[in-house]
Amino acid sequence: MKHQTNATGKRHPQPTSWSAMSKSAYVVLFALLTVVSSQIVAAESASLLSVDINVRDTAALQRGVRTFNDYCLGCHGADYMRYKRIASDLNINEGQIEARLLPPGREMTDALKSSLQPEAAKQLFGAVPPNLSLSARARGADWLYTYMLTFYRDDSTASGWNNLTFPNAAMPHAMWDLQGVQELAQHAESTTATDTQAHGHADITAGLKLIEPGLQSPEDYRRTVKDLVTFMVYLSEPAQLQRSAMGPWVLLFLVLFTLLAWILKREYWRDVH
Amino acid sequence: MSENEINRGRRRFLTATTAVVGAAGAGLAAIPFIQSWQPSARARVVGGPIKVNIAPLEPGQLLRETWRGQTVGILRRTEVMLQNLGEVENRLSDPDSMKDQQPAYIDNQSRALKPEYLVLVMICTHLGCIPELVSEVGPQPYDENWLGGFYCPCHKSKFDLAGRVYKGVPAPLNLKVPPYRYIDDRTVEIGVDPEQIS
Amino acid sequence: MATPANSMRSTASKVGYWVDQRLPISSLWRDHMSHYYAAKNFNFWYYFGSLSLLALVIQLVSGIFLTMFYKPDAAEAFASVEYIMRDVPFGWLIRYIHSTGASAFFLVVYLHMFRAMLYGSYRTPRELIWIFGMLIYLVLMAEAFLGYVLPWGQMSYWGAQVIISLFGAIPDLGFISGDALVEWIRGDFSVSDATLNRFFALHVVALPLSLLMLVLLHITALHQVGSNNPDGIEIKNNKDATGKPVDGIAFHPYYTVKDLFGVGVFLILFAFIIFFAPDGGGLLLEHDNFVPANPLVTPAHIKPVWYFTPFFAILKAVPDKLGGVIVMGAAVMVLFFLPWLDRSPVKSIRYKGWLSKLALGLFVISFIRLGMLGMGQGTPAQLLESQVWTIVYFAYFISLLIIPRFESTKPVPDRVTSSH
Repeated sequence: MKHQTNATGKRHPQPTSWSAMSKSAYVVLFALLTVVSSQIVAAESASLLSVDINVRDTAALQRGVRTFNDYCLGCHGADYMRYKRIASDLNINEGQIEARLLPPGREMTDALKSSLQPEAAKQLFGAVPPNLSLSARARGADWLYTYMLTFYRDDSTASGWNNLTFPNAAMPHAMWDLQGVQELAQHAESTTATDTQAHGHADITAGLKLIEPGLQSPEDYRRTVKDLVTFMVYLSEPAQLQRSAMGPWVLLFLVLFTLLAWILKREYWRDVH
Repeated sequence: MSENEINRGRRRFLTATTAVVGAAGAGLAAIPFIQSWQPSARARVVGGPIKVNIAPLEPGQLLRETWRGQTVGILRRTEVMLQNLGEVENRLSDPDSMKDQQPAYIDNQSRALKPEYLVLVMICTHLGCIPELVSEVGPQPYDENWLGGFYCPCHKSKFDLAGRVYKGVPAPLNLKVPPYRYIDDRTVEIGVDPEQIS
Repeated sequence: MATPANSMRSTASKVGYWVDQRLPISSLWRDHMSHYYAAKNFNFWYYFGSLSLLALVIQLVSGIFLTMFYKPDAAEAFASVEYIMRDVPFGWLIRYIHSTGASAFFLVVYLHMFRAMLYGSYRTPRELIWIFGMLIYLVLMAEAFLGYVLPWGQMSYWGAQVIISLFGAIPDLGFISGDALVEWIRGDFSVSDATLNRFFALHVVALPLSLLMLVLLHITALHQVGSNNPDGIEIKNNKDATGKPVDGIAFHPYYTVKDLFGVGVFLILFAFIIFFAPDGGGLLLEHDNFVPANPLVTPAHIKPVWYFTPFFAILKAVPDKLGGVIVMGAAVMVLFFLPWLDRSPVKSIRYKGWLSKLALGLFVISFIRLGMLGMGQGTPAQLLESQVWTIVYFAYFISLLIIPRFESTKPVPDRVTSSH
């Protein structure tokens, strides 16, 4: 083995521009790889509508919880949430909750249980409707939003309803009185999301047409669903209200600390030549 | 290296400042961990108010209920029992209930909203045993002039029929009176103050 | 005249002296902090050792608190995690610290390992440090996998199912068979309560203990031979009259304050994720894991957490059950042999030729790219690409043996090069 300790006068050879070059090279490389990777993973969610959710919009949350109560809790439960917490987080006084939301015989300290017995649900739908406490985290807001917009009439299913987002879902359209009745548009089979996106104008809902208007206009219905999804996003992680409120303060403190540590480091390192 | 270039004062100041800020940060970071030991939202729900029907209580009878995992006793006191409260006062350590062992709206002598019904947290203020009701008047092994009261078998603490502690026993304080209110003449709700009627 | 401050100080020093007679505190401090000399030219890559230690402490503290609320019971585990997230005061914060901490731990450990490869820190006389480090990495992988099972969501359950089944690839050898081994690990005929319960015990007691012990050995071995540096020079070979290495500076205060700054930057990034993106868009906490474990339904897309995906991609790249497991295992185990595979006369990449630099660059790309492919759906194109990068990954280790035969290296100076 040859040891290349240099006995020659060549001292401190510049370690080439390798380290400087490699740094920028890595940055470029990493950026490139990240772009490509988002394509690997993103493929599946391309056809969903995207919805911009703001969980700090208390008014939207308050509208959302009413819709959730009227249209979802009939069959689904949200067992990890209690009425009491909704009251305090959503700024609704307990009296209003008792009057508007609380089913008879339930207490403020109770969880949001479904009024439907699991056995009865199984008979009705063939499956027990899932607990909705975490569905916004499991499915994502976009999925929930798109799902509630893409129900259509389908006589071939048991419930008479089908869904473009979740084909052959056991769930019938719970909010049809608001949205009205949709049907598959002509040539809908070929109107896949990629096709419509290529044309650049339509989305997944373009495959559906309203054949019987509901109580709300399509715009109002979308807003109702958006509020509902806002509530469900909150429902899936109620602590996010505290989390986003606390975060900036923690970061501020850490930045201060890091700044101090940097000054301290610079002071001591004046010794090092 | 030139030692004399070093500004030791600046260095000490910066080290101290960083140390103090760092220690403050560690202290703040400890708060969530310490707080996590507090009763959880679920424990608070389970520990919510309870309603108790007091109609079946006979005079002199004690009813035990559980509130927040603690034993709460409701004693329907007789006229004699209430009269005896005055008799023992010179033997009690806090006869006027000056120490903070009851809500402010509780009467200091009878220690109840309505003198007839005594509501007490039946946990000895010494080390947490449950005192027993000994309502018979007459000599007891632990007291020759017993006028009725609560006696703690663990360490021989004595309380009168208002839960007030005797002098010369290990228990330092009167038995606790929980917050409670009357919903109607027959129902007591434990865990809620009277004015908190929503 | 003794002022109160003076007498307090002398009392303190008396107590200090009393303790020091009985416990080697000041000599430990001397040997490992104030008189432990490290090269003065540590750069960016040298932050990740102390940060790994910090990550370990964060995981231990947050983990201890989580065990106070978590229930290792198949019927209650999922709900107990939601209980932590919703009902325990600040439970959500403690849980996010732990879940984010796992990813942070792997990130800093990977960067720490890369540093060793960059500057040949595994080379003589630091082979044992590297071996202990690799053992830490192995235990860490096991620890992370076991911890991932505990929330008992769909990904927990099916991840456990898949990983345990890997052992099923072992053929029947008479005294042991894969199937028997899988059954023994699960403690049941499927992944169940028994599995969860034993995984919990391993995750919270057995593996953390071995991690701590290995970290102690790792650091002890490091301080026995001294730290490497970006030039790969032994600073102990060049000491001044007092016996202090000329190119060395005391770990304390110079590297303690420098590392403190690193800790600050790390905590800023860490806190940012915890408070503003705790699920990392499904990368840190996966969507399917918010659905309770259901032995009847497999999620559509099973993949491990990001820090395992490079090896997962290698597993999938081999179209054979046993073969895949062997190749995947080899991808990890080959790292153990780095000290003996690297035949270059110089340690640091700075003095190696361009071919060595290219080889290391390709190795890094292969690892990152495999990590991404491991998250993918596994289309034929992705599978093919995985195979290519798997070959690149292993080729690196061969290149370490071969390249030095013909590559000429640059002369290594006898003093470290200054970084500023």
